[in-house]
Amino acid sequence: MSEYWHDYNGAFHPVSAPDYLPVKQLQALQLQRLQAMVQQAYHNVPLVRQRMQERGVTPEDIKSLSDLSRLPFTTKTDLRDTYPKGLFATPLKDIVRLHASSGTTGKPIVVAYTQEDVQVWASVMVRTFAAHGLKRGDVIQNAYGYGLFTGGLGAHYGAEALGATVIPISGGNTDRQIMIMKDFDVTAICCTPSYFLHINERAKELGIHLTDLPIRVGVFGAEPWSEAMRQRIQADSNIKAFDIYGLSEIIGPGVASECVEQAGLHIFEDHFYPEIINPQTGEVLPDGEEGELVLTTLSKKAMPMLRYRTRDITSIIPEPCACGRTIRRVQRIKRRTDDMLIIRGINVFPSQIESALLSAEGTLPHYQIILTRDKGLDQMEVQVEVTPETFSDQIRKLEELRQKIASEVHTTLGLQVRVTLVEPHTIQRSEGKAKRVIDKRGEL
Amino acid sequence: MKIQQLSIFLENKPGHLSSICQELAKANLNILTLSLADTQQFGILRLILRDWEKAKQILQTAGFLVNVTEVVALEVEDQPGGLARVLEVLETANINIEYMYAFTFRRGDKANLVFRFSAPDAAIALLQEKGINVIGAVELF
Repeated sequence: MSEYWHDYNGAFHPVSAPDYLPVKQLQALQLQRLQAMVQQAYHNVPLVRQRMQERGVTPEDIKSLSDLSRLPFTTKTDLRDTYPKGLFATPLKDIVRLHASSGTTGKPIVVAYTQEDVQVWASVMVRTFAAHGLKRGDVIQNAYGYGLFTGGLGAHYGAEALGATVIPISGGNTDRQIMIMKDFDVTAICCTPSYFLHINERAKELGIHLTDLPIRVGVFGAEPWSEAMRQRIQADSNIKAFDIYGLSEIIGPGVASECVEQAGLHIFEDHFYPEIINPQTGEVLPDGEEGELVLTTLSKKAMPMLRYRTRDITSIIPEPCACGRTIRRVQRIKRRTDDMLIIRGINVFPSQIESALLSAEGTLPHYQIILTRDKGLDQMEVQVEVTPETFSDQIRKLEELRQKIASEVHTTLGLQVRVTLVEPHTIQRSEGKAKRVIDKRGEL
Repeated sequence: MKIQQLSIFLENKPGHLSSICQELAKANLNILTLSLADTQQFGILRLILRDWEKAKQILQTAGFLVNVTEVVALEVEDQPGGLARVLEVLETANINIEYMYAFTFRRGDKANLVFRFSAPDAAIALLQEKGINVIGAVELF
């Protein structure tokens, strides 16, 4: 495929070639892969066959990419209901790896990979790292958790295939993370953005400034984060903070990633085909409109996924990216359909609280939302950590800050909330996904 | 002539104040004086100690939020009218006091006052001109 590979003075890895396929060629490849995948799923996964038959669709009916909308959706519930192996499309002897996502309720969600799937996964992670300007010679500290979670091994295989030096440190033990980062001249770190904030904070306490270290790239994912948080991270630690996107049900990390333009995430759509739908009606929306992201795996063998409803809300960016990639981009994912909180009948997204905090303070502090119910009425408390920038030794100024936050939140949400200033480090730092909302309403 | 004071953010929760004191005790740091300002939710502990730089570093490492504020310390007669005279000087010159607290040490006939002014340099010049004893770190420790 080298003829299509735009070699920017060797800046990009050869594996990145599909990023630059001419659109027509990309679409032909997508259709060919889609048809093969639907055949595979139809003949090997009873649930898929049953659902397609209910709709009167056969694999032969898929003649163009737009026929995709005739296929049934798959939801997270389907993965739970078919636990443990109901959606596997290959015999167990062809499966070389299993992963599982932490099921917060009931059974976990298990996903499977063939040898080929693992190779595809490594290749999309190579393309991810290459899009961040990483290459052989870089030292990548992989602080995503290793184990059943897809983050650790997904990033690991990709970083190794890239030719970088990989430090498989996994999550946790922050002081050791900082020591390794410093002693091994780490140039890039993979972790959740909130864990990176924690590392940076702790480093400062230890008298180490990340700005003095060679680290220059952060590969951040596994939780939604805002542009404000990116600005804060980049200003504080002088690294380029990139957003990556992925989910176990599709493959793990490596579904989509930002490039150096930091203007939306390129979906590796030669493997994962994106659609945006209206979450209420299921209707497919045109590029540019906001809705729920639905992904179809085009090459996955062990566990093909037909129109998987991610619950992530975004839109496809129709314009081509300045970086030259032809694969389409989605907007950064700021919220999920299931992040939405209903408080006294008002729809609230944690991202709205974030923007209110940002406009009150200028930077984004650590915060947590606590929901309780008092005499049948929902109460929302926002706990905000005081930062060195906002701390004043005058009570009056702190009270002013508290009121300013409360009024910004009120303006944004139309809700009266209680704002509490708390000491630094009192809001639990996650080494995995940040827990922004504690809902105690069910306990009463 | 200004004195460095440490200000620490504290939530109103049992044990928070004592853990600060324990950190300082472990490092053998003596608190010369302190004041605690509080609201229903949170408080600000203000500390004056000789080795404030070391204390700041210890408390920050322990995870506390610490600010350094410059305050002005005065020495007045420990008798009726001592504070009133200082306040009169400040009031006449229209100098605003953000907050203040008082303590006595060593010499029984003198009291010490700690002020935070919005314009500390102007305040010091004025007080000295009026013959009020502004004390620096050297005299204090």
